[in-house]
Amino acid sequence: MASTSVIDELKKIQILELLEQGKRVDGRALDESREISIETNAIPKANGSARVRLGETEVICGVKIQPDRPFPDMGDKGIFICTAELLPLSHPTVETGPPGPDVIELARVVDRGIRESHMIDVSQLVIEQNKSVVGVFADNVVVDYDGNLFDACSYAATSALLSSKSPKWNWVDDTPTLVEGEDMPIPVSTIPVSVTMGKIGTHIIVDPNGDEWGSMDARITITTDSDGNICALQKGGSDGFTLEEIHRCGDISVKVGAKIREKLKEVQKGSQ
Amino acid sequence: MGGRDATMVLLDENGIRCDGRKVDEPRRIMIKAGGLKNADGSAYIEFGDNKILVGVFGPRDVHPKHMSNTDTGILRVRYHMEPFSVGERKNPAPSRREIEISKVIKEALEPAVILDKFPRTAVDVFIEVLQADGGTRCAALTAASVALADAGIPMRDMVAAIAAGKVADTVVLDVNNEEDQAGQADMPIGYMPSLEKITLLQLDGVLTPEEYKKCVQVGVDGCKVVYELQKKALQEKYFGNGGE
Repeated sequence: MASTSVIDELKKIQILELLEQGKRVDGRALDESREISIETNAIPKANGSARVRLGETEVICGVKIQPDRPFPDMGDKGIFICTAELLPLSHPTVETGPPGPDVIELARVVDRGIRESHMIDVSQLVIEQNKSVVGVFADNVVVDYDGNLFDACSYAATSALLSSKSPKWNWVDDTPTLVEGEDMPIPVSTIPVSVTMGKIGTHIIVDPNGDEWGSMDARITITTDSDGNICALQKGGSDGFTLEEIHRCGDISVKVGAKIREKLKEVQKGSQ
Repeated sequence: MGGRDATMVLLDENGIRCDGRKVDEPRRIMIKAGGLKNADGSAYIEFGDNKILVGVFGPRDVHPKHMSNTDTGILRVRYHMEPFSVGERKNPAPSRREIEISKVIKEALEPAVILDKFPRTAVDVFIEVLQADGGTRCAALTAASVALADAGIPMRDMVAAIAAGKVADTVVLDVNNEEDQAGQADMPIGYMPSLEKITLLQLDGVLTPEEYKKCVQVGVDGCKVVYELQKKALQEKYFGNGGE
């Protein structure tokens, strides 16, 4: 988040000067994301979980699965909700209290990317039509901040969901009743990958780190699905993009997303 | 998301949409500059069945003071929906959706306004959605640009906005409420036509890379139509009779 990363003017100038030569502060190529490490089942009490490091940004996501009442006009669909929270231990400028606009946007963009990809087939999460459905809650907590929380939270939530085992409930005596020993992976139809790009001057960089995040003029987060289609997008920051840049960012998100998806597929294989 | 009605015909065999429009036809748009006595600048827009009022104050003192910036003036935007603006009464407290939209609209307007001549001040944009019918953020952004211009805030360009989307496997302009609920994709776009810059862009729904590019193009072309209406609204107020 821009507000959590105070960067002095000198650093900003250095980042821009390096970009003019086609280089980045940490030596990466412009379209190269940082090292991603994924540890699943980090929280055994959750139905699924992941601890994801994207460079030095670290996010823990826990998935809880429990019976819930369906939304009024959605009696034939289960519930999927993804949240994100910036913990006060993640950065000196983060304060306790209700989330500000930055964090609200973060949570909503991460949720939208996964939701709009239709990763979770919610029509399979019904216990009793109009009465009881399965709720899948993926809650992200940011524990260390070094830029690009959008992608880090998205990878954490996706990994946690891919490694989740859902209990089974039957509808008995008008209540959802747990069936012992029938844990199953949750129904997954695609693997969404979010790719966030920053714009500094006229340069587009993939996966900005904390210093780059503080120097950005604008950003764009694009989520693609397993078929290479674009399923969610959010522009942010105080500058605009040209039509050509928007097209280019779309192409980058498909290309970089495909690479990262291979990493997430390993998570899926490892948990089956 | 929301309840998806499979029986509704979104696009008939003649390429006519559920409200009688063609695929590249926007809804009826009426923009009026000014109208509020106390605000420094204001605008009212009717965009299909959307009715939105925008008031602008400033540059003025910043409260709370710690928000002020010694290098530049700041822009603050509140997007708010009235409880009676939608089908079921909306809780008047700002929802997470409204907070996100406020932020997105603010960031869409920031590239347009020139506030570095007004350090330690704020320009406040208050957007009140009186009636909502799909595409409120685009209509609100369009009206907010006119209200800022009406307030005499120095600007590089106005931001015009409209949504493109995918309905019945076809890319269409200006997605209405039914199409948003039942369609396949919705892409709100804000664009500064003179500077050729996209300042608001969101998407939910699945598009192939080709459809994605087409959607952005259709949206940008739509914004140019909206832009003419914004200019006309200002000309009508300040020169009368559409700039004659």
